[in-house]
Amino acid sequence: MSRRPLRHTPAPRIAGPVGLPRLLAAPCRDHAEHLARYGPLPALHSRAERAGLIAEVEASGLRGRGGGAFPTGRKLRAVADGGRSPVVVANCAEGEPASHKDSVLVRRAPHLVIDGAVVAASAVGAETIHFVVDRADGQARAALAHAIAERGAEMARPDAWRIVEVPSRYVAGEESALVNFLNGNEARPVTVPPRPYERGVRGKPTLVQNVETLADVALIARYGAAWFGAMGTKDQPGSVLATVVGAVGRPGVYEFEGGATFTDVLAAAGGSLADLGAILVGGYFGTWLDPADAAKLSLAQGVLQRAGATLGCGVVAALPSECCGVAETARVARYLASESAGQCGPCVHGLDAVAGALEALTAGHATAGTLADLDRWLGDIEGRGACHLPDAAVGFVRSARRVFAADFQQHEQRRVCAHARRPGVLPLPDPATREWSFR
Amino acid sequence: MSQKLVVDWIKCDAHGICAELLPEWIRLDDWGYPVIDEREIPAALMAHARRAVTACPTLALRLDKVRAAGGKR
Repeated sequence: MSRRPLRHTPAPRIAGPVGLPRLLAAPCRDHAEHLARYGPLPALHSRAERAGLIAEVEASGLRGRGGGAFPTGRKLRAVADGGRSPVVVANCAEGEPASHKDSVLVRRAPHLVIDGAVVAASAVGAETIHFVVDRADGQARAALAHAIAERGAEMARPDAWRIVEVPSRYVAGEESALVNFLNGNEARPVTVPPRPYERGVRGKPTLVQNVETLADVALIARYGAAWFGAMGTKDQPGSVLATVVGAVGRPGVYEFEGGATFTDVLAAAGGSLADLGAILVGGYFGTWLDPADAAKLSLAQGVLQRAGATLGCGVVAALPSECCGVAETARVARYLASESAGQCGPCVHGLDAVAGALEALTAGHATAGTLADLDRWLGDIEGRGACHLPDAAVGFVRSARRVFAADFQQHEQRRVCAHARRPGVLPLPDPATREWSFR
Repeated sequence: MSQKLVVDWIKCDAHGICAELLPEWIRLDDWGYPVIDEREIPAALMAHARRAVTACPTLALRLDKVRAAGGKR
């Protein structure tokens, strides 16, 4: 059979929605209702139309929402210019225990995600889309499968798409690990370069995009870059999906305008900055912030970057002031160490040592050298791995050293705080059902 | 042309030979893995750097061209 880029039917533009929600509107009953609400997805028949879509995404300022914040337009262009019939990977494998926004998006608006994957595939000339979901996320898988089945001709070609379940591991959703898995190997990161956009699935240039990013691409394709940037800030145009957890009244996934303040973010989830000890932004590869500093910051990559933080995957975790930041940091550090793919020495040994030092501090077993060792290891580990897991752990623990400096001092003097034994606030996988396989 | 030493961390097995051959530029961390000065290697050390690369039993060490300023992605 003939192999050609995915196509869909052209139609006139309709006006985009004003204000929120953009991505998390009420679920559509079916594809017809989805089309009635958002309008048809513009078709990209000519080379000029394909280049136009990429230029529009570039102009929109959209950045990847999986955590890397890489400019989406630039990635699209790199894959489109790579030739050799590229592949698109729509990434819904969150890996991050605190994050649910990708899963919620796929369950709520599967057609928007599929639209984004289809139009991105069309723009770069890809024939195949791999929809990747966490193995434990049966609901996201079912929502995608059901929505794809509804779409008829455009997805009917046998090799147009497949849904792939990946192991529930922290690094499995990392680009190179994902491509490695799709190539029949374990979901462990590999040494880059070559990066997936150069040589990925079956050696082809591969566009790995987070599903929230793709949903935004679907809207930009319909309504344009100017519409996209009409919400949010120049630094963070459009909307942002955030998972708000911890000490808030209504934890969950929310959609905010780009640049929403943390005061607003916590208020939306039924909480407040006022009575908190710290907030964690960006997930477990993110950064602890002092509430007084967080009050001046917002959901915007540039703003957070200037403060030494990152938007990451959009997790905002509120730590009550009566909780022990050292204990929380130790629990997450041990989790990250246990999620090492076991390939790079500095990660395998370094993260274990860092977690061990934090556990000793938490339990009041620290010796005179524990803090000095910890800080030296953090310096040594950074930048020394195939993937960014070691850097993530280092950034996370370093931010804890800043924000919980007083707690660390107390713990170093073997004063066990009364809160160290309390159950943790930051969510971690259930040990009973946790997955250990990379296959 | 200026060059720097780069480690493939998946291949590196902490043999430590590189640090023995080039202690001016490479030390070992607490677990025996190399910590390498990331700057470009001075001309005077280039011969030793090449020897370290050749001696690595797992071929984990290599010399990369230092990208010109502004060439970073």
